[in-house]
Amino acid sequence: MELLKIEGLTKRFAGLVAVNNVSLTLNKGEIVGLVGPNGAGKTTLFHSVCGFHKPEEGSVTYKGKELIGNKPEHICKEGIARTFQIVQPFGNLTVLENVIVGAFNRVKSYKEAERLALEKLDLIGISSFAYSRMKDLTFPYQKKVEVARALATSPEVLFLDEVMSGLNPSEVNEFIELIKHIRASGISIFFIEHLMSAVMALSDRLAVMHLGEKIADGDPQEVMKIPTVIEAYLGEEVS
Amino acid sequence: MKKSPILITLALVVFAIFPLVVKDQYYMHIAILILYYALVSQAWNILSGYSGQFSFGHAAFFGTGAYTSSILFTKLGMSPWIGLIIGAVIAAVIGLFIGYLSFRFKLRGVFFSLGTLAFAEILRIIIQNFDVFNKTLGVLIPYKPDPLMFQFSSRTTYYYIILIFAIAVTALVYYISRSKLGYNLVAIRENEDAAQSLGVNTYKNKMIAIAISASLTAIGGTFYAQYMLFIEPATTFSNDVSINILLPAIIGGAGTVLGPIVGSLIIIPIGELTTTWFGNFVGVNLMAYGVILILVMLYLPEGIVGWFQNKFGKKKSAKKNKDSSISGGEEVGTLKN
Repeated sequence: MELLKIEGLTKRFAGLVAVNNVSLTLNKGEIVGLVGPNGAGKTTLFHSVCGFHKPEEGSVTYKGKELIGNKPEHICKEGIARTFQIVQPFGNLTVLENVIVGAFNRVKSYKEAERLALEKLDLIGISSFAYSRMKDLTFPYQKKVEVARALATSPEVLFLDEVMSGLNPSEVNEFIELIKHIRASGISIFFIEHLMSAVMALSDRLAVMHLGEKIADGDPQEVMKIPTVIEAYLGEEVS
Repeated sequence: MKKSPILITLALVVFAIFPLVVKDQYYMHIAILILYYALVSQAWNILSGYSGQFSFGHAAFFGTGAYTSSILFTKLGMSPWIGLIIGAVIAAVIGLFIGYLSFRFKLRGVFFSLGTLAFAEILRIIIQNFDVFNKTLGVLIPYKPDPLMFQFSSRTTYYYIILIFAIAVTALVYYISRSKLGYNLVAIRENEDAAQSLGVNTYKNKMIAIAISASLTAIGGTFYAQYMLFIEPATTFSNDVSINILLPAIIGGAGTVLGPIVGSLIIIPIGELTTTWFGNFVGVNLMAYGVILILVMLYLPEGIVGWFQNKFGKKKSAKKNKDSSISGGEEVGTLKN
């Protein structure tokens, strides 16, 4: 079942076309990876879908409903939660309080919000930092808190923007299991990642972006064999 | 954890029996001022301390409260108790108007502060130029002690009224701080983009904050008018008023429940006593304020209560972290501690 459908999306910054006529779909229960070199427009695509940018052209429909023109908070209310590539913490609050803000998206009472937040911290495996201040945490851990915070909003779709950067190999493996677990709980996932081992392990489908355009979309193993994809990553063959 | 309710009960008892113990009218006056500044600073705290929208023009709401009840009383004979409510409503409307102009168009940080400052000045100039408001002469409220007319023959009654107001507003702030609204406001203060991404309607929440803050400040304005029995633009709408409103919260700790009260308890007695002791040197109290403010900014940028919470919160949080973790307080993820 098609959950999220991006059609012909174009986002320009003055003269620069950051995202050029990109179409993508996310089906229910699917994990879709999005890769591409730096500056390919991956994060801009995320921002455009989540309401942080207003794209010039194209449409984004979620369960048949047009999302473009909505503010980020409305998109979150619809059921799409996200993390940020550059972490956006509530620095002076504790980790638990950070997640409680997310939990209040759906629940009204403090008790319920706290319970939901503790549950998500436990799921991500960071409940031992619940009462630490967010700004005292290291960068990878702040990213984990962002995942917990996004999950606390009780979404149906989760957008993850390079959550695994800075993690060590064993933590990456844990995270891969965690994302699988999140998907098993009924949440569809759309993620940007540079770490190819994680991308290959997780993606049901893989899309590749280069210079604002989508150059491939399909089975991860197949996609990585496409010459244009290899070229985008490694450059042209010499001689 | 168990200590704070006892301390708060103790503080309440001290406040409640204060007039029974201290008979000196001058000290009573200082006590009333402390509570009254705690009230208006607490109101400011909701908008500026919690949601981080730093207002430099709360005099606009304060003056609106003072003038609404006083004009209705002197011109129409309406009880200031009713004027208090009408003033609070008008202030909320003015607050929403300022909020609409500022928040709709994403006026943030220092630009919002300047906007509020300008607004208070505009209102002052309007008051100074219309006959209905007696222009720069101000409004003299005839002294006719009558509880129904919000006038009392004894200072003690004023004391208890402002005590109830201050406690009520502090209780409200405590309630807000633990509610969805409070968490939304703090999230907006800390990071607007992140707040939005988590479903927080930043515009709506800021509007709620400014409306509550404005109306409570106006209540302080009405109390001031009924206590002093004389108001003029310079003592109700000027920048001095705005600064006096925000000072206790900044010094005590903006964004904390007890900050405005602690700040007021420290700064008002110092201001009053220096004025009395150094009566020949006009402005010594302002110098004292300045020194305190600089010291707080330098050494306790989060205010006195904020500093305490940090200092003692850290130990507590380390312990709580240990309790909540299965592996037993690993420190891998934190930089400090």
